[in-house]
Amino acid sequence: MSVPSDRKYAKSHEWAQRQPDGTVLVGITHYAQNSLGDITYVQLPKVGAVLQAGESFGVVESVKAASDLYAPIAGTVLAINEALNQTPETVNKDPHLGGWMLKLQPANAAEFDGLLSADAYAKQIS
Amino acid sequence: MPALRRTPLFAFNQQHGARFVDFGGWEMPVQYKSILDEHRAVRQRAGLFDVSHMGEVEVTGPEAMRFLDHLVTNDVSTLFPGRVLYSTMCQPDGGVVDDLIIYCRGAQDFLVCVNASNTDKDVAWINAQAVGFACTVRDRSDDFALLALQGPASVAILQPLTSAALGSLKYYHCLPGTVAGAEVLIARTGYTGENGYELFCRPADAEALAVALLAAGHAHGLELAGLGARDSLRLEAGYPLYGHEISDQISPLQAGLGWVVKLDKASNFIGRDALRAQKAAGLPSKIVFFKTGDRRIVRAGTPVVDASGPVGEVKSGTLSPLLNESIGSALVRTGAGELSVDVRGTALKLTPTKPPFVTLPAKS
Repeated sequence: MSVPSDRKYAKSHEWAQRQPDGTVLVGITHYAQNSLGDITYVQLPKVGAVLQAGESFGVVESVKAASDLYAPIAGTVLAINEALNQTPETVNKDPHLGGWMLKLQPANAAEFDGLLSADAYAKQIS
Repeated sequence: MPALRRTPLFAFNQQHGARFVDFGGWEMPVQYKSILDEHRAVRQRAGLFDVSHMGEVEVTGPEAMRFLDHLVTNDVSTLFPGRVLYSTMCQPDGGVVDDLIIYCRGAQDFLVCVNASNTDKDVAWINAQAVGFACTVRDRSDDFALLALQGPASVAILQPLTSAALGSLKYYHCLPGTVAGAEVLIARTGYTGENGYELFCRPADAEALAVALLAAGHAHGLELAGLGARDSLRLEAGYPLYGHEISDQISPLQAGLGWVVKLDKASNFIGRDALRAQKAAGLPSKIVFFKTGDRRIVRAGTPVVDASGPVGEVKSGTLSPLLNESIGSALVRTGAGELSVDVRGTALKLTPTKPPFVTLPAKS
């Protein structure tokens, strides 16, 4: 399983990647997409939604089941990946890049640092 | 919990990357790479399924045919060696014990293929009904592995491996033959809506047969396919699955399977009176297949409503990989109005659709 070290992770299998401008991209991990199987639908919040850390921000649905998505940190949704409406399978094929889901303006910049490191997440899923 | 049972192809499936699930007490491959890709491979090229979990019951003897005609709803008296028949087998109240396929191997020799999760129940039921008939019922499930080769390229893949004249083997017919050196019952049957074959072989021959088929299929784009694709293919084709569209609570008439219920055949078959009465009185509810125009899957168990309130329940739901929208079936009260469901807070309208959902090839 690929666990890139250029980002941090939540126990609930989301990744969060800090951008140079301080915003944070959020998606689900390679491990998560592999466990879900063929992803058929991704339901995301509206731009402007305010999320608490750990709050459900949407649903990722596979042939097998629908699973909640959880915000790794608190923040305001600046953008969502609209392309996933038409091509949710991108989350399977490219979970760490093209399959990004949210761009967040963090409520508290320090919260990001409290997320799991790549090593810690890799241990969790091993 | 008892240990899950494994098919003779378990190691083969494992080597080929299968992801396993518990299906009716069997550890079965649900997918190898991708359910959606495997589905499309079967529609466009070919897929190979391990369905060795299916049960096989042998019914032999002078009254084997007369007994089967009493046991099931379709007309078994029309069978002759090499002919195959799909049917339901009902309780006296018209509820379905199981659906099954009868392979006539000889005038007094029938192989009945039943659902894996129902095999023990079916064997007990069939034995109990056979009292007084001059026939022998034997559970042969452990003596057969079953491979399903399905899709438009099936004949091109199979023919080089056998001297059997596949070109003259018609739909719902079977013949014994040798495939890649293994003795096989070759049947023009399947559960996908495509042209294809089901191959009954000895468990000891299953792996070599699967390896030979996979090698022969490589140039034709054959993919291994799991139970995930099998389910979406059968739903796209509008075929029932026991426990969903048919059950001990849902009669074949309610399921739209009136074509396998021969109320006027000579045999006074089990369930006939109840089914006649149900037909005369009108069905209280029936299975409706639907499209949604949306990608959200409507899962089995979801309540169905019309303007007046609850009118039924979803029985199967999946994403049709060909239509790119979610499809399914629901048991709905007769006379209900416009149907809808709630999926995580969004109301989706169900558009009743006569299956198949996609254009299937002619099968003759």
